Amino acid sequence: MSYIPISDRDKMEMLAKIGVNSVEELFSSIPENVRLKKDLNLPAPRSEMEVLDYFTEKGKKNDFSRYLHFLGGGAYEHFIPAVVDYLSSRSEFVTPYTPYQPEVSQGTLQVIFEFQTLICQLTGLDMANASLYDGATGAAEAILMGYRLKNKKRLLVASNVNPQYREVIYTYTKNLGLEVVEIPYDQSGRIDRAGLTASLNDDTSVLLCQSPNYFGVIEDVKSLAELAHNQGALLAVVISEPVSLGLLEAPGKLGADIVTGEAQSFGLPLSFGGPFLGFMACKKEFVRQMPGRIAGQTVDVEGRRGFVLTLSTREQHIRREKATSNICTNQAHCALRATIYLETLGHEGLKKLAWLNLQKAAYAAEQLTSLPGVSRKFSGPVFNEFVLEFPDRWEKIDKKLQEKGILGGLALGHHYSGLENCALITVTEVHHKEKIDAYVQALKEVLS
Amino acid sequence: MYPENLYYTKDHEWLKVEGDEAIIGITDFAQKQLGDIIYVDLPQVGKVLEAHQALASVESVKSVSDVFSPVSGEVIAVNEALSQTPDVINKDPHGEGWIVRIRIKNKEELNNLLKAADYEKYLEGLEH
Repeated sequence: MSYIPISDRDKMEMLAKIGVNSVEELFSSIPENVRLKKDLNLPAPRSEMEVLDYFTEKGKKNDFSRYLHFLGGGAYEHFIPAVVDYLSSRSEFVTPYTPYQPEVSQGTLQVIFEFQTLICQLTGLDMANASLYDGATGAAEAILMGYRLKNKKRLLVASNVNPQYREVIYTYTKNLGLEVVEIPYDQSGRIDRAGLTASLNDDTSVLLCQSPNYFGVIEDVKSLAELAHNQGALLAVVISEPVSLGLLEAPGKLGADIVTGEAQSFGLPLSFGGPFLGFMACKKEFVRQMPGRIAGQTVDVEGRRGFVLTLSTREQHIRREKATSNICTNQAHCALRATIYLETLGHEGLKKLAWLNLQKAAYAAEQLTSLPGVSRKFSGPVFNEFVLEFPDRWEKIDKKLQEKGILGGLALGHHYSGLENCALITVTEVHHKEKIDAYVQALKEVLS
Repeated sequence: MYPENLYYTKDHEWLKVEGDEAIIGITDFAQKQLGDIIYVDLPQVGKVLEAHQALASVESVKSVSDVFSPVSGEVIAVNEALSQTPDVINKDPHGEGWIVRIRIKNKEELNNLLKAADYEKYLEGLEH
């Protein structure tokens, strides 16, 4: 980012332009007693070179390359082919403003349209939007969309949905007078059927589940859809690891009405937490209640193929307070990266990638559970994540593993009571056999 | 040009009384202001409405407007044809382009509505 200095002369010019004599006068509307009447407590000015040295030194603290990690739970390390960085950094893609003017935005609009098409293919649904902030806001928007469609105050959220997603759902719904009910999980790690049946009634708008869920367990989406529909409710499915869709049946084909989630796995680096990439798709009949921008295909006056933003009357610049959402946007550049990534892999490539993830995770689970006192916590089928139970509190084991340079899994105890001895372990294509074996060896040493 | 047998509102709805029932739509002025209508969000049959409550919304390409109920009542039918051909409102706003049929709760409220001549005078005022 460029450094833009401000000289005393610049300041005087700006003040003169707006007709005030001093900076103090500019802020005269701020009450005296809350004004800071001294300089900020900052170190002395430094040269550009010194500043660079200072932050480079600080940045070294963030070096996690010294760790071998097996972390996931909503943020996944996948290999990103160089073509993604190369194409997405082309200036035509980096510099354009939001595509309100289709006549000068065909490239951007076409990318969004292709992204939507890919999301429709992966989710098995008719319509997708141009993207949302992230999986968490996608989940919250899906809940609100379900409520708008059914107008019933009861909203069911599975407790094995990512805890951070659930927090965002609570933030979004807290002041709307809605009743959000959490559904327990069973020994397989899936939604507990008895718990679900007890809470699912004809006053329910929507059931929101995640698959694979936060424990890595694949839900039986088809039967959840049937149960929800039998009570007149909708089924919304959250996908936080969309690589799984390379192998698993598209939720839309299993009866899901809304599918939303996180597409960070598709060509976006972890980057200490963002930016991530939310997506959302739904059945055609529900599109008018879907939040967010939508690009559509059309023809120009000469009959040539072109793209425009469409169904805009759902959005806040037209419908204002009655818009489907006033707290969403699209992540066009992240969606561009996901589009390039998916189009590079292709249908077969994504399937192979999913196989690699599944097989490596299965190998890791098999090896780790061969150690005494280590077992799978849940019996349900998994993709590239699984929960292991250890003979001691995970924090203790985790600490010892970190001393050996391994981040062995995500703690679950602070979100789920009873899982204090458990961790969520994630294995993707970046984990060579040697890495998995190194983890198994380290854990063996820690436990003995 | 505005039929004598209809009542009108300043929000540009019309209402036609048929016994205890009434048909409601939007006026020719309203459809011209909106332009090509591409979608009508219709209420559920059975919905109970207060006077001035939003009963439907009408969308053109770049705008959306609420349609308010001129009087209190209960929705007993909606114009299903609008879901397939919403532009019938543009073609025949005071006839085939009707939106809902309601059962009127209180006929006294009709006295608050405009007659054709008053509505035309009101529109003339808007044009200045």
